[in-house]
Amino acid sequence: MNRHGVLAIYRFEMARFRRTFWQSLVTPVITTSLYFVVFGAAIGSRMREVDGVPYGAFIVPGLIMLSIFTESLNNASFGIYLPKFTGTIYELLSAPVSALETVLAYVGAAATKSMLLGLVILATSALFVPIQILHPAWMIAFLVLTSATFCLFGFMIGIWATGFEQLQFIPMLVITPLTFLGGAFYSIDMLPPAWRTVSLFNPVVYLISGFRWSFYGTSDVSVELSLAMTLGFFAACLVGVSWIFRTGYRLKS
Amino acid sequence: MISIANLTKTYASGLQALKRVDLDIRKGEIFALLGPNGAGKTTLISIVCGIVTPSTGEVRVDGHDILREYRATRSRIGLVPQELHTDMFETVWSTVAFSRGLFGCAPNAAHLEKVLRDLSLWDRRHHKIMTLSGGMKRRVLIAKALSHEPQVLFLDEPTAGVDVELRRDMWGLVRKLRESGVTIILTTHYIDEAEEMADRIGVINKGELIMVEEKAKLMKKLGKKQLTVHLVEPLARLPEALGEWNLALKNDGSDLEYNFNEKDEHTGIPELLRRLGDLGLEFKDLETRESSLEDIFVSLVSERA
Ligand SMILES: Nc1ncnc2c1ncn2[C@@H]1O[C@H](COP(=O)(O)OP(=O)(O)OP(=O)(O)O)[C@@H](O)[C@H]1O
Ligand SMILES: [Mg+2]
Repeated sequence: MNRHGVLAIYRFEMARFRRTFWQSLVTPVITTSLYFVVFGAAIGSRMREVDGVPYGAFIVPGLIMLSIFTESLNNASFGIYLPKFTGTIYELLSAPVSALETVLAYVGAAATKSMLLGLVILATSALFVPIQILHPAWMIAFLVLTSATFCLFGFMIGIWATGFEQLQFIPMLVITPLTFLGGAFYSIDMLPPAWRTVSLFNPVVYLISGFRWSFYGTSDVSVELSLAMTLGFFAACLVGVSWIFRTGYRLKS
Repeated sequence: MISIANLTKTYASGLQALKRVDLDIRKGEIFALLGPNGAGKTTLISIVCGIVTPSTGEVRVDGHDILREYRATRSRIGLVPQELHTDMFETVWSTVAFSRGLFGCAPNAAHLEKVLRDLSLWDRRHHKIMTLSGGMKRRVLIAKALSHEPQVLFLDEPTAGVDVELRRDMWGLVRKLRESGVTIILTTHYIDEAEEMADRIGVINKGELIMVEEKAKLMKKLGKKQLTVHLVEPLARLPEALGEWNLALKNDGSDLEYNFNEKDEHTGIPELLRRLGDLGLEFKDLETRESSLEDIFVSLVSERA
């Protein structure tokens, strides 16, 4: 195990984040506040409670997840795309680090940042609505797993992408709609039965539902199913990434 | 130190960049890989370093296979790439410290300081890389490659885009490294650079390693010049009195061509000109030129055929 190598990459990535620290914190804090103004105050005041939770508080887990998804994808994909773009990847490819170590370092750094961000949004939300976390250990577990999964996914996008517009493509076209339709702002039980069934094909539903359960103890689908699905996505991404490194796909000619 | 056997590389485009290359590089030598654009120099280096996957063949570094024992081989190797690929926003110090860690070494500020001082980068250690000039960026790349105390150093066209002074510094540095026991492989387009630096020279063209020779021997073969004598009156055939020179009639007999080696003490040119005068052969002009790298490849290839 090349411990120094993993640490070097991890620190390098964290330093890169630190350079844009304020932008990356201010943006989500403002966005979250806006959501609360719009959904919490304006619309939320006319909404009933959802599953016994005030609407403003109900949307908090979904908001955090939404940011985790996009931030994880952006950070991880950019982290590996940048050295490909500037050519500095030659050093990584010629270094005595294994595929696993590379992924650990890049994904670890990106996931660290996503989780920090998630916690910042949580703290911001607490300023607007009363928040309750019934199962803190599970909350952290879902946070870690989801961040890691989406960072792995982002890592694959970064390797696959051959241009900057492709980096934005999947987050914009796939993840954002899936999140909005995945129960970030409502319980899928509020949908007509047909749409509820369709929603169950949306993987994001399981992630948000499990995360929300760790806050309020209520969920759209069973917690076990959420956990199983989350682990499943994580495993699928791991398989994808290891395939990339085994074949050198888009990394080596 | 490095042994390459039967190495070929065919890129996905179908282009065969290396054709059955066999090469052994000795511990502690300076080896120059000489060849024109597209010869396959960078490809060869990239394979040894792990950046490009070989199609067939085997490469060992210090007895370790580059694929199965990549940790052992890569930690011994430092690479200075041909292109100036650097991070923009990092400082010189942090990028060099990063490289050292990446290659599995514990931090060692004293070693990094020595490397940076040797490369006259110490004063700039807190500068961002993007504020440096091209020549200094190249030195940063060298510092990165030396950060983990490699036993083998690859320099891919180290003097491209580098001014005379830095070039001399670089040659000095390479010699110093060799004295400390580092094996050095460099690529170049220039015969004089290979001559200045190397112990042995390998000539590569179109993916084929045409020859590997001690420098002195190769220089004898490479140091060819050509003298062309433009005659006033064309000759139908070569006079027998000129038989002792290696002459050829060109251009319908109006040019006399003489191939000689500038490394020879005795080129025979004064005698030739005197003999031409004795024979009453008048000429209007004389022209000499060095054989270009291209000529040399052509002649080497045809010699082998
Ligand atoms: N990634 C690649 N995909 C396809 N072909 C490539 C790739 N890299 C190099 N080649 C081709 O392989 C051949 C050898 O290239 P290489 O870069 O090894 O040459 P070189 O000797 O380093 O040349 P130069 O002196 O210009 O640096 C060239 O024809 C080049 O176009
Ligand atoms: Mg090259």
